[in-house]
Amino acid sequence: MMPRKTEQWVINIVFIAISSLCLIPFILLVASSVSSEASIIRNGYTLFPTEFSLESYRYLLKEPAMLIRAYGISIFITVIGTVTSLIVMTLLAYPISRRDMPLRNVVSFFIFFTMLFNGGLVPTYLMYTNVFHIKNTLFALLIPGLLVSAFYVILIRTFFTMNIPNEVIESAYMDGASEFKIFARIVLPLSTPVLGAVGLFQLINYWNDWFNGLIYITDSKLYSIQVLLNTILLNAQYLASNTNFVEDMVAADDIPNHGLKMAIAAIGVIPILVTYPFFQKYFAKGLTVGAVKG
Amino acid sequence: MSSRVRGMSLKKLKKYKMLYLMLIPGVVYLLINNYAPMFGIVIAFKDVNFAKGILNSDWVGLKNFEYLFKTEDAYIITRNTILYNLVFIALNLVVAVALAVLLYELKNRFLPRLYQSIILLPYLISSVIIGYLVYSLLSMETGLINHTILPLLGRDGVMWYNDPKYWPYILTLVKIWSTAGYLSIVYFAAVVGIDHEYYEAATLDGANKLQQIFKITIPLITPVIIIMTLLQIGRIFYSDFGLFYQVPLDSGVLMPTTNVIDTYVYRALIKNGDIGMSSAAGVYQSIVGFMIILISNYVVKKINPDNSLF
Repeated sequence: MMPRKTEQWVINIVFIAISSLCLIPFILLVASSVSSEASIIRNGYTLFPTEFSLESYRYLLKEPAMLIRAYGISIFITVIGTVTSLIVMTLLAYPISRRDMPLRNVVSFFIFFTMLFNGGLVPTYLMYTNVFHIKNTLFALLIPGLLVSAFYVILIRTFFTMNIPNEVIESAYMDGASEFKIFARIVLPLSTPVLGAVGLFQLINYWNDWFNGLIYITDSKLYSIQVLLNTILLNAQYLASNTNFVEDMVAADDIPNHGLKMAIAAIGVIPILVTYPFFQKYFAKGLTVGAVKG
Repeated sequence: MSSRVRGMSLKKLKKYKMLYLMLIPGVVYLLINNYAPMFGIVIAFKDVNFAKGILNSDWVGLKNFEYLFKTEDAYIITRNTILYNLVFIALNLVVAVALAVLLYELKNRFLPRLYQSIILLPYLISSVIIGYLVYSLLSMETGLINHTILPLLGRDGVMWYNDPKYWPYILTLVKIWSTAGYLSIVYFAAVVGIDHEYYEAATLDGANKLQQIFKITIPLITPVIIIMTLLQIGRIFYSDFGLFYQVPLDSGVLMPTTNVIDTYVYRALIKNGDIGMSSAAGVYQSIVGFMIILISNYVVKKINPDNSLF
């Protein structure tokens, strides 16, 4: 057996190596975004800028409308989506947490079944585009697939059943409180841990979503930041053909393309990197809130 | 008697009216977003003609499926989907449990929390960003690997984005990079929950660290391992669309090793507008996926009813 101290050192070294592997790609991204285009062409993307330069960001600031718009749409969708989703899911979870409610099991199964079976992309897409006409509207970024997740509903329901004693609800009812009052004044205040966790997950899900944008949005005015990033990554010509960069510059070749790509991605990921230290505690805790059983 | 029953149920209805009203928005959403498309499965058995409307289009029986399974694609996407998932599930399990056990062995109060937050970070970012990160490493003109690491080893650059043979390794590494941290935190919570007395007793009996890990820790977190693995096996016919679409930059050359059912359905529908093929592949995925969930749950239930999902 290794002595205790050596053992601790070995484990720490393993974790330092693994942590570096997790962080290196981010460092590479940020370092490349502040490197001069010439140095990137010469040395490739590097972990430390060989020639520090903010030219990529300066180009982006010449044409800020595109980024500001996409940021605005992402923030709007994330806030409205998370709030609406939390309200709808909580309202759905509470009645099925009440053991005395008739038809409780029928409703629970109705929700749970959506986790087992689904119709797939084609009918969903055809329905949303041909019946509800949400193509190229903000609803497309808010509603399909994201608003209610059976998994989160069951998570919230389980929290309600385990943490809110039936006697509390009974006695409030005896005192003449209405069902809604019991829900709003007693149940919700007791449930902040699970509401916080699910709210945080949905915040991240809405902020990160690009799939709805990919299939329902073709109008670049409605691009969220993720959809914009996706388009730039997969379509090398996008920046040159959809902005006024070219008019300002002598030729399209002068755009610092390699650096610009990294600068845009950095702008897209920075909100998460900056806020992560503040919410990571709740996030890690939230992941373990749900020891779910259907 | 009957009036009493009616009186009671009316009273009951009144008592629960508010609760039923609360259900409405969520139930309506699930009816539209989830249940309506389930009936839309009939599309796969039709020759969709928008002039006639989807519901009035002609029935073609299994024609769409015949076309699909005649192509080589049907085999490739099925093979890719299942093999990738099996490899992901197995490697993620080993890495995540190892990380959880090692985290628990750390006797420092502060460091485990720091390591946890760092290894969880890749799980939080969108697959678009992951696509950029991989590009910054593998780009053939400017990537870190071709420009810095391979020359250091005295090797020539590799055309990563032009050759499908590298991608099974790349995608597996990326998947583990992005999800093992998350799984390890779930397992770590289970390890922390183990009663300390087991270890004290084992130490008194002279069990060493490795014996304790394999005879106490792992058996006691097995229920959590089974549930997490069952959840993943249930989705073995589905893929992480972003991983297979963004990370290979939607490249046609790489499709032999990067095309999966989800990307196939997407491309057939959105890029080629081929409703017949895409809906057939989608229904194939829904139905086989559903059967796999039922079977895997049934098997676990047979072995140990407490560990099953439903």
